[in-house]
Amino acid sequence: MAGPEDKHLPLEDLHKQAGARFGAFAGWSMPLTYPAGVMKEHLHTREHVGVFDISHMKLIELSGSGAGALLERACPLDSAALPLLQSKYSFLLNDAAGVLDDVIVTRLGDDRFMLVANAGNAAQDEAHLRSLAEGLDVTIDPLDRVFLAIQGPEAEAALNKAGVETGALLFMHGVEPRDGWFLTRSGYTGEDGFEIGLPEKDARELLEKLFADERVMWVGLAARDSLRLEAGLCLHGNDITPDTNPVDAALMWAVPKSVRAEGRFVGADALRDLIARGASEKRVGLKPEGRQPVRAGASLFDADGNPAGRITSGGFGPSAGHPVAMGYVPATQAAVGNRLYADVRGTKVPVDIHALPFTPHRYRKG
Amino acid sequence: MATTYYTEDHEWLRVEGDVATVGITDYAQEQLGDIVFVEVPETGKSLSKGDTAVVVESVKAASDVYAPVDGEVTEANEALSSDPALVNSAATGDGWLWKMKLSDTSQLDGLMDEAAYNAHIG
Repeated sequence: MAGPEDKHLPLEDLHKQAGARFGAFAGWSMPLTYPAGVMKEHLHTREHVGVFDISHMKLIELSGSGAGALLERACPLDSAALPLLQSKYSFLLNDAAGVLDDVIVTRLGDDRFMLVANAGNAAQDEAHLRSLAEGLDVTIDPLDRVFLAIQGPEAEAALNKAGVETGALLFMHGVEPRDGWFLTRSGYTGEDGFEIGLPEKDARELLEKLFADERVMWVGLAARDSLRLEAGLCLHGNDITPDTNPVDAALMWAVPKSVRAEGRFVGADALRDLIARGASEKRVGLKPEGRQPVRAGASLFDADGNPAGRITSGGFGPSAGHPVAMGYVPATQAAVGNRLYADVRGTKVPVDIHALPFTPHRYRKG
Repeated sequence: MATTYYTEDHEWLRVEGDVATVGITDYAQEQLGDIVFVEVPETGKSLSKGDTAVVVESVKAASDVYAPVDGEVTEANEALSSDPALVNSAATGDGWLWKMKLSDTSQLDGLMDEAAYNAHIG
């Protein structure tokens, strides 16, 4: 249940009208499910279009001649090499190369970037960026926007029908199609789709048009979680935390080679040490045998009963048709197909290391 | 003639003689959402009031179902292993969870009837 201290979404009235069931997440009262239920909402997103209110997440605009330099201090990122309108998945790291947050950075101009931060970390991210910005000519501006994700194979068609031209926009690119709008082709479901930050009034108008289309359905946070887990995407706070690093998390694909070698970002020395040492444990997909879900927090063991890691996310995958999980296992145990055992209420449930994602990504890359 | 009782934890018991069939109410299944796995008790297991008898797993979370009274499990609903969603579609019918032989039928006096339960969930 959401508590009295939780923040409320600007469009909460629309979710109430739609019959949403609310719960607390990262300090926000969020729609968890709608009357269709998590299973239908999940499958509908993979087949048609799901609309998610993700206004709990924060858009932070960085502008000024020092904006690129700030990003290169904060993230293992080569901002100068980021082409105009292109987005990049990256992290804010601490001195030990622990992941403070995972973010998406989009270049919107020569000296202007948009950073998308996770809800629970946004205030901390902003303070962290401000402390790194000392001496740089940069304005850090957290924007007041409604933020919507429109996801699924018919997302483009539904948006176009609602009057939003998505043009030739490809996966991990972003534009500003109207005053106060920020539109990217990206998401957290593994499907083709878009995320749109826009003023509340415009959001209400857009949603009215979108929901006139029978392909469009509200989807809550519960299905957002099962969709991202099937897609093998990390949830900060579960799968990556300030105590885990991009090497062990198998996220080094997000760090360009030149940055690994020469980057001067916070945590650079620690990250180089970790690379040299190699991963001690590794984030992997895990497929429990049978139908019983294995949840975050469960401990893993090998066949001899030795500790062999932990589950960081787990649930049922409606599209996969079986339980799905992610976790960290010793690097020596991380081969696909290797069998481990999860402790679920005292019972050892067999789990096999499984390739990620569980359901193939269907991004529009060109 | 069977009598149906309800608990504050949103379970129902259909009692015939000294045997009760136990399940969760429609209200409870709606709160839990889509159920994907039910861990049922072994036949012969002895339960005390308040023990965890069953674990119901929805897509998102695991929830305990407690023994509403003392007794011994005489049967578990095996149909749930292949079709756990029966708890959603037929919570008060084919989606029953387990049957138990009551050790003390006087414990039933502390439970609610349908009218009282409906008032309880408002």
